[in-house]
Amino acid sequence: MKLTGAQILWESLVREGVTEVFGYPGGAILPAYDALLDYPIRHTLVRHEQGATHMADGYARATGGVGVAVATSGPGATNMVTGIATAMLDSSPIVCITGQVGSRLIGSDAFQEIDITGITLPITKHNYLVTRAEDVAKTVREAFVIAKAGRPGPVLIDITKDAQQASCIFDWDAAAPTIPGWRHAHPIGQEQLARAAALLNAAERPVILAGHGVMISGAMDPLRQLAERAHIPVAVTLLGIGGFPASHPLNLGMMGMHGEAWVNTAIQEADLLLACGMRFDDRVTGNLKTYAPHAKKIHIDIDAAEINKNVRVDAGLIGDLRDVLERLLPAIAVNERAAWAQRIAGVRGDAAVRDIQQLPDDGHLYAAHVINDLWRATTSDTIIVTDVGQHQMWEAQYYHHDAPRSLITSGGLGTMGFAVPAAIGAKRARPDAEVWAIVGDGGFQMTMCELATAVQERLAIKVAIINNGFLGMVRQWQEFFYERRYAATPLSGPDFVKLAESFGIHASAVSIRGEVLPAIADARAHDGPVVIDFRVEQEDTVYPMVPAGADLDAMIRRPNPIAETGAD
Amino acid sequence: MSLHTFAVYVEDRPGVLNRVASLFRRRGFNIHSLAVGHSEIPGVSRMTAVVQTDPGGAQRIQAHLYKLVNVLRVEDITTRPAIVRDLALIKVTADQQTRTSLVQLAHVFNARIVDVAPESIVLEMSGSEAKIDGLLEVLRPYGVLEMVRTGRIAIARGSGAESTERPSGALEVDEGISYSV
Ligand SMILES: Cc1cc2nc3c(=O)[nH]c(=O)nc-3n(C[C@H](O)[C@H](O)[C@H](O)COP(=O)(O)OP(=O)(O)OC[C@H]3O[C@@H](n4cnc5c(N)ncnc54)[C@H](O)[C@@H]3O)c2cc1C
Ligand SMILES: Cc1ncc(C[n+]2csc(CCOP(=O)(O)OP(=O)(O)O)c2C)c(N)n1
Repeated sequence: MKLTGAQILWESLVREGVTEVFGYPGGAILPAYDALLDYPIRHTLVRHEQGATHMADGYARATGGVGVAVATSGPGATNMVTGIATAMLDSSPIVCITGQVGSRLIGSDAFQEIDITGITLPITKHNYLVTRAEDVAKTVREAFVIAKAGRPGPVLIDITKDAQQASCIFDWDAAAPTIPGWRHAHPIGQEQLARAAALLNAAERPVILAGHGVMISGAMDPLRQLAERAHIPVAVTLLGIGGFPASHPLNLGMMGMHGEAWVNTAIQEADLLLACGMRFDDRVTGNLKTYAPHAKKIHIDIDAAEINKNVRVDAGLIGDLRDVLERLLPAIAVNERAAWAQRIAGVRGDAAVRDIQQLPDDGHLYAAHVINDLWRATTSDTIIVTDVGQHQMWEAQYYHHDAPRSLITSGGLGTMGFAVPAAIGAKRARPDAEVWAIVGDGGFQMTMCELATAVQERLAIKVAIINNGFLGMVRQWQEFFYERRYAATPLSGPDFVKLAESFGIHASAVSIRGEVLPAIADARAHDGPVVIDFRVEQEDTVYPMVPAGADLDAMIRRPNPIAETGAD
Repeated sequence: MSLHTFAVYVEDRPGVLNRVASLFRRRGFNIHSLAVGHSEIPGVSRMTAVVQTDPGGAQRIQAHLYKLVNVLRVEDITTRPAIVRDLALIKVTADQQTRTSLVQLAHVFNARIVDVAPESIVLEMSGSEAKIDGLLEVLRPYGVLEMVRTGRIAIARGSGAESTERPSGALEVDEGISYSV
């Protein structure tokens, strides 16, 4: 069968199971767009190519499948860079397809020619420049293998215009991927497993650190079995939230910079850490020199380059988490560890008194209240997508996730502007799920143009703007570390309700606690997209906080609640 | 921190050298030298990369290299008995008076004279970096006009597991290492 390169592109994507793509057309990708009309793939027209990449990312994270974004050459391709980097740092499998100028023009600074494979070299797992129609099918197949396999990540395929236009024989079977550098993870030896099990069984104060790898590998069940059998409390990373049910008695909560005090205290007092698919990010460890000083460390990760990268470990088990945990389980002894549980409960009690949930309703609207109310009002299969900043941390603290993949957030790159487009992508992936974007007034203004996408595509995302009139998280750093000199953090914005309405979106504003639940109920009852402008306390602070690079237990704690509300 | 030598087998494709070099830069490793050429397998190039790092860094370099899709095999041959060579071409000022002593020097250092012109000669020397540095030092006073060096290339001695006969066109999987794409 003879097809054009453009037809082969879609033919191949269809065979890879792709039904949704997010993109924006332009000259160099026009042949592909023209051919798209004949294939059973739905195209979501975005408003900015960064949005397309975040949508593909949100799509991927909501399902575990691969998200696909399409853009033209030059500015279309460079607009994708932030989204590709976001996916790279959070190990999210996306395939980005960009048009490129004709192959004979490459290197000539032709109109909208940019070296996008060069630009994205360090932020993709792999990338391709395709200059012949004959190479399209094989490249697409390889790209999907690479994006999904091992530690997932973004792959970019840059296809020249002539490769899209030329015709050749399409032979799917002949285009089977051949990746000579491909290796399967070497199965872990019985000896290594036995050693890890012995360390675990001997521990009196163990803590499990559960990361994003739990979701990626689908290791929720063996993780839970292991924790329950050996009575080991589980702390999660920001991206590990949902990998272990928040409502489980062994759940500690999020670790690290904005983790609750008892979580970090438990880690610092632990005599063993079992790290599962997490990469000891600096927001997780604080000062490495004083990190978990008494603990032996076991690290299970599929990426050999993560072992001993930040933290020196006593046992590194390289492999798929689910597989490793399943093989480890039979060797794990049942153990009550009552003294350790008691110790942790003790530390936890102190923090609960300082918890913002205990604050009286004093007329102020706190972001944490809004988020906690949203949690009360929604079910555990709701998908929450957050942006970056204070609201992101409050979400992690006050929305209690029981289900895997129910929180989607940009952790490693911390990309503001992520929430709205990623929520659109998540809604595409799981149209029946309730999807909320929680976003600051700063980040919202970065990608709010994608509201038009939601309207055009009838995607009923619910957007909760946590509007504090500041670039809140940066303001917080200025408060703590720059003597409250608020350089460039006070932020104005449009009337978000009018703005949303101008898009044809149902919207409301909330400024007192009593209106929070009714507004949420109203949003849930409405069957289109909704924006709620939550006008919260302007100079609120995320507690606790481990200053960057400080010891993990040197937390800035929430002041006594009486003091905080005393003025009112 | 010391110099580590890696033999890296890569697919012979456009851009692969760039990917490897970019990896070292991106991860903050300093390349002391990087030499590339064909290997014994058609379609496969072999690089010799010399990097300043510690043993932990050397392990991570190996793991990171394996993550590059076009990298087929990595051997850290730092501690293995190996032949290590650098090739230098050095153009030195030479006239009637100095030419004879330069020829003698070349002889002592086992270097070859590969070009003689009225005002200069070109010496070719292969050997360890230190030996070549030694030659260079004694040549300086004569006036070194130009020099080019390949950087280290290295191959393990004898018939270690790695250097046994391989089926052509294929590389064995190193059983000692786990890695993912
Ligand atoms: C404002 C802000 C504040 C933050 N504060 C915190 C904080 O307080 N606490 C916190 O935890 N984070 C915080 N973060 C996020 C932090 O920067 C990191 O993104 C996060 O800690 C990374 O989590 P992770 O290691 O679980 O996930 P990833 O970075 O996604 O790493 C996943 C790991 O799992 C491995 N893996 C993947 N697949 C598998 C598999 N199948 N089997 C085994 N292993 C696998 C990967 O190789 C990798 O090592 C913050 C971010 C921002 C923007
Ligand atoms: C694209 C981008 N630019 C800058 C930053 C730095 N930054 C981190 S948090 C933050 C403030 C976010 O403010 P807002 O969106 O209003 O959320 P809030 O912290 O108030 O909840 C900024 C500017 C970033 N993470 N991403």
